[in-house]
Amino acid sequence: MSVTTAGRRESTAATYSLPWFSQQISHYAVHIVVIGLTVIWMIPTVGLLVSSFRPFSAIASTGWWTAISPPYNFTLQNYSDMLSQSNLGTAIFNSFMVAVPATIIPVTIAAFAAYAFSWMNFPGRNWIFLALVGLLAVPLQLTFIPVTTFFVHAGWTTENLEATGIPGLPWLPLWLAHAGYGMPFSIYLLSNFFRALPSDLFESAEIDGAGTLTTFFRLVLPLSVPALASLVIFQFLWVWNDLLVALIYVGGAPEVAPLTVNLANLTNSLGQGYQLLTAAAFFSMIVPLVVFLSLQRYFVRGILAGSVKG
Amino acid sequence: MDFSILLTDIPTLLVVILGVPAALMGYIMLSEFVVRRLPDKNRPQVRPWLWVGPALFLVAAFLLFPMIGTIVQSFEDNKGSFVGLQNFGDQLGSYPGGSWIAIRNNLIFWLIFYTLFVLAFGLLLAVLFDRVPYESTVKSLIFMPMAISSVALGVIWKFMYWYQPSGEVQTGTLNALVSLLHHDPVAWLQDQWPGDLALLNNLALITAATWGITGFSMVILSAALKGIPGDLLEAARVDGAGEITIFRRVIFPLMMPTIVVVGTTLVIFALKAFDVVYVMTNGLYNSDVLALRMYNLLYLSRNNASASAVAVILLIAVIPVLIFNLRQFRAVEARR
Repeated sequence: MSVTTAGRRESTAATYSLPWFSQQISHYAVHIVVIGLTVIWMIPTVGLLVSSFRPFSAIASTGWWTAISPPYNFTLQNYSDMLSQSNLGTAIFNSFMVAVPATIIPVTIAAFAAYAFSWMNFPGRNWIFLALVGLLAVPLQLTFIPVTTFFVHAGWTTENLEATGIPGLPWLPLWLAHAGYGMPFSIYLLSNFFRALPSDLFESAEIDGAGTLTTFFRLVLPLSVPALASLVIFQFLWVWNDLLVALIYVGGAPEVAPLTVNLANLTNSLGQGYQLLTAAAFFSMIVPLVVFLSLQRYFVRGILAGSVKG
Repeated sequence: MDFSILLTDIPTLLVVILGVPAALMGYIMLSEFVVRRLPDKNRPQVRPWLWVGPALFLVAAFLLFPMIGTIVQSFEDNKGSFVGLQNFGDQLGSYPGGSWIAIRNNLIFWLIFYTLFVLAFGLLLAVLFDRVPYESTVKSLIFMPMAISSVALGVIWKFMYWYQPSGEVQTGTLNALVSLLHHDPVAWLQDQWPGDLALLNNLALITAATWGITGFSMVILSAALKGIPGDLLEAARVDGAGEITIFRRVIFPLMMPTIVVVGTTLVIFALKAFDVVYVMTNGLYNSDVLALRMYNLLYLSRNNASASAVAVILLIAVIPVLIFNLRQFRAVEARR
């Protein structure tokens, strides 16, 4: 009796010890691979961050990795040089001046439209929506020449708009362009969300005598906060990080051009003065990283809603 | 730096932040006010158009009509007279001149490698991260480059690829590694290896762009992975399938629809590539892409006719994806 038990126990140990061992290895291997990949992924950013705090002589003569062991030789010189040289105050202000209205305008207008597409009937509704889905893929390059020509013919140049003295007007062409370009995606994202709201809600609201405006502001918008939040973050980051549209419409006007244009010019003009570039690049990341880190949840949710359809 | 500008201009910012929403609210309230004055039977006919009106106006003014304008202009010279296909002939007539380098880079290098790299890395990271308890932390770190601008990304990678001639101290991360392996330093962004095919420097640009966007595909693929029922994987394990078999035979096929959706988005990104190339090589050393070529024709050469033709070539390249998207959309609508 005791012999058979011992024998069984032995055989159990024999069958389980090898998989157990390999399981332990694969268990640790996963951690090593995951952490290793993440560290490799962060190297480019860390390298630039470290470089941005090193004096020019050190950047030019040794790699950034030599700086993370003693003797330490860090400085804020690059940041102060960069701030004094490159008109950064104007550029930061301009970035806000472009990004805030270029977020508010398309999100609001898209919300109106998405409400109509989801809960109102009008002829051609489905076809117009299909056209919007098609426009999602159209390259913006196709629009630049006619729109620029229009701005010039209409006299909407930066000088003319500044001459009017109306606050914000010099940025109006950029706001409208960003609003137009962001519209198909914004309507698509919000319509998907609005349509999923239960129709009982709208019926009972109508029975209670709520008008269209009340239903929209008191019912649809509050229920759609997650979708609106992710769209706001998307659009804001898109506009804040945009280079192409800004280059096309205000590339030659530093008094209204945003930070990305400033940074791209710095890349092309400074050549050897690249220690300033490290600081400038980090400076440009502060706002998007703060937005991203504080609102990451909504950002990810928006990405999922935008891509995994149905 | 003069921060006083921020102080003097803050009133402007406030006027705009308050004024723009006020104008939008004013519009919709005025619309409803007007609609309510209408006879009962006309309201449902008028109201929707007032709600979609501004959106349709913006789309028509900034996307639809300009698009038609560009297509028309691609058949005209810079003075506006019809020249048939001459602009396209200028771009496509002499291989490998004109737009051919940009077309090759977009349609072969970027389309294939960018899409493949991003999908492969996204899938790999999604599957690996699914197995560790600190998943959300590592995901955030991988995802972070999504938040920064491509200009900053270009600067970051310029430093990774920094090149000094052989014999000097290599301060670029990659060339320091290469030197460690007793190999001559590589001019990643200029080297047109193999021969003058320019695969190496294009891959260097594509790698930088991949690094920036992998978080996007990882997040979506990871969500799809978590949507696979645990019972299914459990059943496969009970049947004695190994982890690799489970991935190949169960996980991968179930994720295929999501991979296709992400893939089409990436194809569009690949065809529209601009910022990274503009900042890192400005299209030199045979690394040009269509979007950058169009920009340079427009702003350096002031050649609207050729720029329009390049834009239309870009549109033609996108059309298969556009049709696929529309079909996909209608299929989803039909299931609703």
